[in-house]
This record gives sequence, structure tokens and C-alpha cells, in this order.
Amino acid sequence: MAEFVQFLFSGLTVGAVYALVALGFTLIYNASDVINFAQGEFVMLGGMTTVFLGLAGIPLPLAALLAVIFAMAVGLALHRFAIETARGANAVSLIMITIGASIFLRGAAQVFFDKQFHTLPAFFGSEPIRFVGAAILPQSLVVLAGAVVIVVLLWTFIDRTLLGKAVIATAVNRLAARLVGIDTRRIVGFSFAISAAIGAVAGILITPITLTNYDVGTLLALKGFAAAMLGGMGIAAGAVIGGLVLGLLEAFAAGYLSSQYKDAVAFLVILTVLFVMPQGLLGRAKVERV
Amino acid sequence: MLSVKDLRSGYGRIEALHGVSIEVEASEIVTLVGGNGAGKTTLLRAISGVQPITAGEIRFEDARIERSAAHSRVARGIAQVPEGRQLFAPLTVEDNLALGAWSRRNTDVAAELSYVYEHFPMLSEMRRTPAGMLSGGQQQMLAIARALMAKPRLLLLDEPSMGLAPILVDQILLVVRELKRRGLTILLVEQNARAALAIADRGYVIETGQITATGTAQELLSDSRVQAAYLGV
Ligand SMILES: Nc1ncnc2c1ncn2[C@@H]1O[C@H](COP(=O)(O)OP(=O)(O)OP(=O)(O)O)[C@@H](O)[C@H]1O
Ligand SMILES: [Mg+2]
Repeated sequence: MAEFVQFLFSGLTVGAVYALVALGFTLIYNASDVINFAQGEFVMLGGMTTVFLGLAGIPLPLAALLAVIFAMAVGLALHRFAIETARGANAVSLIMITIGASIFLRGAAQVFFDKQFHTLPAFFGSEPIRFVGAAILPQSLVVLAGAVVIVVLLWTFIDRTLLGKAVIATAVNRLAARLVGIDTRRIVGFSFAISAAIGAVAGILITPITLTNYDVGTLLALKGFAAAMLGGMGIAAGAVIGGLVLGLLEAFAAGYLSSQYKDAVAFLVILTVLFVMPQGLLGRAKVERV
Repeated sequence: MLSVKDLRSGYGRIEALHGVSIEVEASEIVTLVGGNGAGKTTLLRAISGVQPITAGEIRFEDARIERSAAHSRVARGIAQVPEGRQLFAPLTVEDNLALGAWSRRNTDVAAELSYVYEHFPMLSEMRRTPAGMLSGGQQQMLAIARALMAKPRLLLLDEPSMGLAPILVDQILLVVRELKRRGLTILLVEQNARAALAIADRGYVIETGQITATGTAQELLSDSRVQAAYLGV
């Protein structure tokens, strides 16, 4: 029982991060049909920038805020200089561009930061909380709470504001969006910025638990992509569910089988989804995009 | 009000408009009739700025707009009811209308909304319904209402009667007439030439990307070639 709860919590914690990465994929995919494989780099930039600003003497809350803003600026630049300039290119070329961008960002991080692993202090200490025999890190709860807050904020924004509805409009019918006067390029740029912010926040929240370095984005992009595929590409609720399910599968595979299988789970999920249910778990709810 | 000169546009290497020129004066209903694939939709999209052009000019109220972005053309006062309605299907009727007023989002749009609800009471009843759930006729009304929310001075209508029962077609044409009475200038694209010419002041006939005839509605109705090709006489 204690073991099960332990795995459950560690699965939900990483799953929450995968869910946020998958949400980033979803936002950008819906707005622009681009699958942004640089999504993991936003997570890396969030953690690494906070660490290095902190080392430079900036108080951590401010460092975190600046890191999020920096990631958003990178997201906007990615859209403006990599995606926009290749407008009209086919889907495969656009994916190659985002992979290129992620390699570039990783290289830049290696040069401007370093190759070491870094951590951040846990927000509320690192004294584990005992819960039915399992030891749960307070930071795990921070990650879960942070993910809930982000999902609720995003949902409120999309559902309650005209700008949010313009994002949906751009996603469901680009031509009609342009014809009512929506500057869809700005909406897409905006989606990149929001995705980057979500990724950066995830990176800051998880760093006290999993550490960060210039290279953490690679696997995270893959896992987030697997989560988005599992839930059904383009469906926000699917991204969240897919992320949590993937996190849990990994944690239980690592716990009950062997930790060597942990990263193989994401590949298995991608392959299974592709072969067995290309629409993903929530794939039939097509009208509910975003 | 609108003047299109020698406009060329196409898809890839295939040219769909081979130098089209049309004029629309303020407060007119001008109709553009032509068969399948003649280039009607391409022309309207080019005027709205959502279809790239390769040559020619577009003037709106004496300003050159052929290089302006689509959203700034809406802001200038050109709205379009696109072919196939193109509603935001998962969004409610009211959200579709609110987005129709996107170009005026910093102003008060309550007056337009109540005008629209007054003239299309059915939309008011269904304001919380997703647009995709409406019937074909209701969707067309919503598409027109959405365009009106932008408070345009020039309204481009692309085959508003397509796929509708004859009684609904008459209703749509009544709405178009009423809009003209309200001072709107209208460019109406139709395959249903008889219906369109019945309410239009003037018309153009377009065939394979070229204007082949023009005149008042009366002249076109009595033109033997137009009769043979589009009126089934
Ligand atoms: N997306 C596209 N890609 C390639 N060619 C296109 C595309 N859209 C239209 N065309 C071609 O351009 C020409 C003009 O098409 P357009 O849609 O403007 O005609 P239309 O007069 O609106 O026809 P309809 O009455 O059927 O709506 C046609 O030859 C058509 O095949
Ligand atoms: Mg057409």
C-alpha cells in the first residue's frame, strides 16, 4: 500500500509536468498546426534561467518571474523568426524547423549556462510528509497545485475572454478568423508565448525534484508529445489526461518492473497510439478542440 | 466606393483571375454572376485580403488597399460573408457575433448586437447554442449577422443562397435588400443569377477568370447571351 501510494504520487508529479508540456503542444498545434518540438526547451529555459539569475544574486521569486518572461520572449522569437518566415511550408518542414530550434536552444544554453546539473531550493522545505506510509515531498504538492492553477487559469482565459475566443476561432477556422478581422499571426505568436510561459513554469516547479540542465528539454518534449498523442492531439483535456496517465505508467513501470523501463514507456505509448488508436483517448470529441 | 483594376490572382502556377476590373458605387447592390469555378470566390477573397494577388490594384474609398493586411481591411469597413458560411462551429451564436465585432472590440458593440437580435430574433433565442448545431438557413443568417457586427460599409456576400430551400433563399434576399435600405453597399456573388439580378442595381458576368459582360440588372436580364447561359431561357 505504502509503495503504491509512493508510486502514485511520483507518477502524478511527473505526469503534471508532462501534462503542462502537452498543453503547450496543444495550444500551438491548435493555433498553427505546428507540432513544436522545441516545447521541452521552454521547460529547460524556465529552470536554468531561474537557477542562473538566482546565482547572480537575484531573489528567487523575481528570478522565476524573469525566467518566465524570458521564455515567452524566446517563444515569440521562435514564432517570428523560425515559423513565420517559413509560412506556407509543409508540416514536415515546420516540424524540422522546431527540431532545429530546439537543438539551437540547447546549444545556446550549454554555452551561456553550463553543462552541470542544477537545482533550486524546494519552495516549502524538503521535509517529506508522511501519508499512509509513503513519504511525499512538499514540492510534489507544489507541482500538482501549480498544474491545477495553470489549467484553471488557461481554461478561464479561453472560455471567458474575447481574446481567448479569438484563439479558439483561429484554431477552428483560420479563414473565418481572418475575415472577421482577427490578426491570426498575432494570435499564433501569442499562443507560442503562452505555451512558453506554461513550459517555463513547469520547469521552475519541477527543478527542486528532478534537477535541471541544458539537456532536460529533449526527453520532456518527447514525453509531452507522447502525452498529447495519447490524449488526442489538439484536445486540451486530452493533454492533461494523457500527461497524468503517462506519468503514472512510468512510475508504476519503474517501481514494479525496473527503472530501466521508465523512458521506454513513452516510446511504447507513442507506438501504441499510432498503431491502435491514432485519434488518442479523447479523439472523438473533435468539436471540443482547445 | 470599391474599385478593382486588372486584378490577377491564382493558386500556385494556375491563374484564376486574368485581370479583373469591377466598380461598386456607394449604396449600390452589385452582383457578380458566373458558373462553377469562374473565379467569384477568388475575387471576393482577394478583395478581403485573404487571397494573395499577383497584379492589379484595389481601391476602397480612394485608398489603395491591395497591400493591406486582411484585418486592417475589416477595420476600414469591408466585411465578408464567406462561401460555405465558415462559422466558428464549436462556439455559441453569441460568441460568433462577439467575434464578428473583433475589429471594434474596444468600442461599445451593444447597439449592433441588439440590432442583430431584433432583426434575427431566432439568433437571440439560440444565443447559447453552438453555431454548428444550427440548421443551414439559421447558419446563413448567423454568418450575415456576424459580418454586420463589424459595422461594415461594404458587405461582400459569397453565394448566400447556396444549399438553401427556395423559401429561405427569398428570405436571405429580403435581408440583403433591407441592408441596402439601411445604407450598406453590397457586392453579391451568386450562381442563382435570376434571383441576384432581381434585387441588384448592376451586375457583372465572370467566366473563367474574366469579366465578359456588365450592365444594369435590366440590361443583363435581357441580354440574350446571359439568358442562354445563366437564366435557362
Ligand atoms: N484552393 C484552391 N487550390 C487550387 N485551385 C483552386 C482553389 N480554389 C479554387 N481554385 C480554382 O480557381 C478557379 C476559381 O475558383 P473559385 O472558387 O474562385 O470559383 P467560383 O466562381 O467561386 O466557383 P463556385 O461557384 O463553384 O464557388 C477554379 O478553376 C478553381 O478550380
Ligand atoms: Mg465560389
